[in-house]
Formats: sequence, C-alpha cells, structure tokens
Amino acid sequence: MNKPLPDPVPATAEEALVRWEAEYAAQIGGESPVHNRSGIAIKPLYTPLDVDPSRFDGEVGFPGQPPYTRGIYATMHRGRTWTQRQLIGLGTPAAYNARLRDILDQGASAVSLIPCNSVFRGYDMDEVDAELLGTCGVVANSADHMATCLEGVDLATTSCAMNDPSPFTLLAFMLAAAKRRGVDPRSLSGTSNQSDCLSHYVANHMFFRLALPGARRLLVDHIAWCGEHLPRWNPLSVVGQHMQQAGATPAEALGFTLASALQYADDCVAAGMSPDAFLPRFTFFFDISISFFEEVAKFRAGRRLWARLVRERYGARDPRSWRFKFHGQTSGVDLTRQQPLNNIARVTAQAIAGIFGGLQSLHTDAYDEALSCPTQFGARIAVATQNILREEAHLTDVIDPLGGSWYVEALTDAMEAKVLDVMAEVEAAGGMYAAVESGLVQRRIGESARRFQERIDRGEQTLVGVNAYQVPEEPDSRSALAKPDPGEMRAHLASFAAWKAARSAQSVGRALDALARDANDARANLYARVVEAAEAGCTHGEICGTLRRELGFGHPLVVV
Amino acid sequence: MDTPPKILITKIGLDGHDRGSRIVAAHLRDVGMEVVYTPPWQEIPAVVKLAVEEDVDVIGVSSLATDHLIVPKLMAALREAGVGDVAVIVGGIVPDEDEKALIDAGVARVFHPGAPLGEISSYVAAAAARVRAARFPT
Repeated sequence: MNKPLPDPVPATAEEALVRWEAEYAAQIGGESPVHNRSGIAIKPLYTPLDVDPSRFDGEVGFPGQPPYTRGIYATMHRGRTWTQRQLIGLGTPAAYNARLRDILDQGASAVSLIPCNSVFRGYDMDEVDAELLGTCGVVANSADHMATCLEGVDLATTSCAMNDPSPFTLLAFMLAAAKRRGVDPRSLSGTSNQSDCLSHYVANHMFFRLALPGARRLLVDHIAWCGEHLPRWNPLSVVGQHMQQAGATPAEALGFTLASALQYADDCVAAGMSPDAFLPRFTFFFDISISFFEEVAKFRAGRRLWARLVRERYGARDPRSWRFKFHGQTSGVDLTRQQPLNNIARVTAQAIAGIFGGLQSLHTDAYDEALSCPTQFGARIAVATQNILREEAHLTDVIDPLGGSWYVEALTDAMEAKVLDVMAEVEAAGGMYAAVESGLVQRRIGESARRFQERIDRGEQTLVGVNAYQVPEEPDSRSALAKPDPGEMRAHLASFAAWKAARSAQSVGRALDALARDANDARANLYARVVEAAEAGCTHGEICGTLRRELGFGHPLVVV
Repeated sequence: MDTPPKILITKIGLDGHDRGSRIVAAHLRDVGMEVVYTPPWQEIPAVVKLAVEEDVDVIGVSSLATDHLIVPKLMAALREAGVGDVAVIVGGIVPDEDEKALIDAGVARVFHPGAPLGEISSYVAAAAARVRAARFPT
C-alpha cells in the first residue's frame, strides 16, 4: 500500500512555514549565512511573520504623511517625476556650456556643475599644474566664467546645483551673473551641493581650503544668508555619497549623514535660527550602490528616521521640516574598467533602486566613468537610461511599489536599527565634529572599505569581468576619452590673465579687505562678504586665499 | 632581504579620493612591509624629500582623477635628486594611452582598478628586492 501523501494544504501558516523550512534545509544542503553590505543577515524567505502588522499604521503609513516611509509627497513620481540632474564638468566654460546644452536637449532637466579639482582645492587656474586643468571639471574662477557656463539656461526656471564646498564662491559667481541678466535672485532655485564640510574631511574627496572651525562657521553663515536672500535655494546638502564611495557601508553612510545633519542643525539653533526656518531647506545626497534591496531599505529608513528626529530633537512643527529630500547618484565604485559597457547594466540596476527608494533627483553615471571623464557618447546613454526607466518601463506608475513586501519592510526595520547604532556611537563620541576630529568616523569607513575589498579578492563578492567571467579585451577597442582641448585651455589662461590685469584693483582690494576683516569678526555674516567680493570682480583663488590666510588652512585628518 | 621592503604611498596633484591609497597602505603594512603613508595633495618636492630621507625602495602613487598626468614630473624630480633608482608604481584610473606615457617616463608598473591586493604586494616585494640588489650588488 502507498504511503499516504502529505496534506497539500497545511492547516495553519505556522505549520506551512515549518514544512517549508524543513524542505528548504533538506534541498539546500547547508549554506553559509548571507549578509548584505551593512552586515544585516538576509534570510532566504520573508513571510508575514517577519513584519509586525501593528507597525503598519504608524511606521509605514501613507506617502505624504509622517513618518514618510513610503515617500515625502502624496503624489511622488506619479505626480512629478524626479529631477534629471546630470553632473557635468569638463574643460573651459565654453566647452562646458556646449555639453550642458546638449544634455538638457536630451532630457536632463536641471544643472549640476562640477568644477575642476583646482577649484575644489581653492586655487585659480594660474596657481596649479596646467596639465591638470579641466580634466575633471570646468575651470570656472570668476563671475564672467560662470556667466559663460550658464549661457542660454533660464535661471529663473532651471534648478542649478553648484558642487562647491565652502566658501561657496560658485553660487556667489552665479548670483553676480544672474544680476547682470536682470534675474531676480529670489527666483533662483538649486542646491549648494557640497556644502557639507564634515563629509569632505571624512572622505577627503574634495576636502581643502579651510580648517574645520572656519568651514563650520562659514556654513552656518551661508545657511543664514541664503535663508534671508534666496528663499528657493537649498544651502545645505548633507552628503552620504562621499562616505559610501570612500567605503562606508550603506547603514554607516546613512548613520553618519544623519549625525552630520543633526550637528549642523544644532549649530543653526545655537546661532539663533528657528528650526522651521532652516530645516525645510536641508537636503541630502546619497550614493546608490548595486546592493539593490539594501539601498531601497536605506532610503525608506532614512525618511522615517529624519521625520522622527527633527520633531523629537528640535520640536519642528512645519511638515516641510520633516521631509527627507534627497538626490541620488549611482555608485562609481561599483563600475569596472573591464568590459566597460557592462556598466550600463550596473547603472540601470542602481538607478531603479534609487527610484524605488523614492528619490527627488537623480544622476546616472556614464558607463565610461571608470575610464575617464565621460565622453558625450557615454553621457547621452546615461540620460537615455533615465528616460527609458521613466517612460518605457513605467517605473513612475505606482508609488513605493516595493512597500508591503515582507522582505523590504523587514529590511527597512533592520536598516533603521543598524543606523541608530551608528548614530549612537557618534553621539557617545560627542557629536559628528568630535567623532571626525578624533578619527573615529575615518577609521570605521577605512575598515569597511578594506573588508569589502577582501571579499572581492577572496571571490566572495563577484565583480563580473574582474574576479569572474573575465574575457580578453583589445585595448584598442575602447573609444576615445574625453580630454580638454589644449589650445582652448591655453586661450582660457591667457584671457584670464588679461582680464585680471584690466579690472579695478581698487574694488578688488576693498572687497578682499572687507572679507579679511569680517573673517575675524564672529558677529558678521561672512558669506555676505563672499557674495560682494564675487560681484566686485574677485576671483575664486583670491577669495579662498584670503579666507585661508585668516581662518587657517585645513589639513586632512587621515587614519590608515 | 634583511629588512622588510619599504614603500612610500602617496598622492600628488589636486584630487583627494584616498580609498585606494589607504587600502593598499594597510594591506602592505599587514603583510609586513614598512609603509610610509602621506595624506593626499603632496607637492612633488615634498615627495622626493620624503623618499630620500626615508630611504624607500618603492613609491606608490595613487591617482583616481587624472593626477597621473604629473607623474612624469615626479620621475624627473627623483632623477634630479639622485634617487632615480627607486621603483615607482602608479595605481588607479589610468587610461591605456596615458599608461604608455607613464611607462616611457620610467614608471615601473601601473595597477588598474580590480588588481587584487595580493598581486600588488607580490609585485612590490619583487620590485624592492630588485632595487636593493642594484644598490648593493653582492
């Protein structure tokens, strides 16, 4: 007689789970535990038992309602798609302007200007090795240069992100250029996208110029000045992207970023500002790695944490203060030099994670960023990728489409707990400034970077074309790389020298004197003097040089 | 070799992305080499001075944002200071066409993204041994 068949439908969900667990264990035959990049253990299956249904009302809720787990606006991407903000910068201002206009024609909807590394370091083009000019960003040192960069762009309607750490001269140059065109500064919208000085110190990416106390004061002055004069401008973007690119896990990057945001908010409160005056203009900027669900959970947890923190810590009452607005950039670290066209697939997966994560603005990397500054060919594919995801794949049809997934909800909770641990460590160290000055944050990030690299070297983390699935490649098959035109750069240098000789030395001298004086007067708003200096014809290098002299040169705080 | 290989890990030029230089420095230290590490943004004369004073066998320059373009200047400065025999390696994002120029300028080896740490340490050990053998022939 045949053995009786098991009942095809177990009586209860618990019995079904027990049966599945037994079958899974028997068939898989032993496996090593799976963890995501943040170190959270990942189970093979999630069920309703992984999520407490009573949490749904308070912790998940609806888009546009606190704690905003499902999105900060009621309509999200169905109402207004994300801003297509491609980071661009190469060569001279004229070359930059040509690339920018091409990308805007292709579907990009906003500006994100990245200057040459010489600008990031606080120097004019005649103070650095000429070989390096314009190789990684546009060489913009004056209001005239900015006017050329933004020619043909409607400044009253186009959001412009300026990637420029303190003293935020690029915004000052943009204001001067807008004034000449007769554009009302109150209509200008955009973001001071690298204003988070802590992230620069931690990740060293574009760190430079000013010692940390000076950078800290200038940032608070910048937030206060923009609040008064530029109601549509976001003076602060807290940057998790630098830390994650430097090696922080997604949970560490979010934890350190929220800790930085609290530090800046504390500073603004200490300077006498009201939380509901400055918090609505705080924004965030994150890396989107290819660890797909982890990134979605990171963003969902970030919204929930921020909404709670600003109410509990600052008593913020304006819902605009509670909203965790963020820009996402697909991770360059995940891209490979080997078989570079594979990067298009990587960027696509990263971008979808960001979109499902509910971002407000997105930069997609060009596939050739692992080789050099992107070519026009690569930059166009990056823009088209966003167009395809939005309009062909219909990713904007449903708000928070992964919400309610038992896995994603459980992972969001787990990420939140992990992030709170990171924040508690920073708080115990005395806040983010103290944690950075003591090297704690750098050490954590360095350890995580090392661990990740070792996983790749051991083959535990596959990198297609690098440690698996390699194919021989013909070096000649690669397309030509983007490089600034040497003749154009020489002409740019020559015209800069001629322009400097012809301007009014008196008005430049007066503006720099005022800047130096107010650098030593803690009651003055120092950013107001930066804006005046830009208008008076001072160069970027002159403004940075003056502040460096008065406020002290910053030295990197490196921990190996 | 009697004493472990000695390497200077540094970054010259304008860029500060130091994830790579820190990982490589920590790895070489952990496999027993003597590592002199500098933060980013070193001036070329400062690197040459350090290489001479510390008597290093190898210099590793990390470049992720085109700073490799001034490595030929570093090579000339090392020769001028009489330490042209130090092996210089470059790691990071170096396009193929630029790699040839670096090798022509005297760079011993370029490591691209994806190079395993073990491969880097093996190469550094061998390069240091070559440099010492040339300096102190037996």
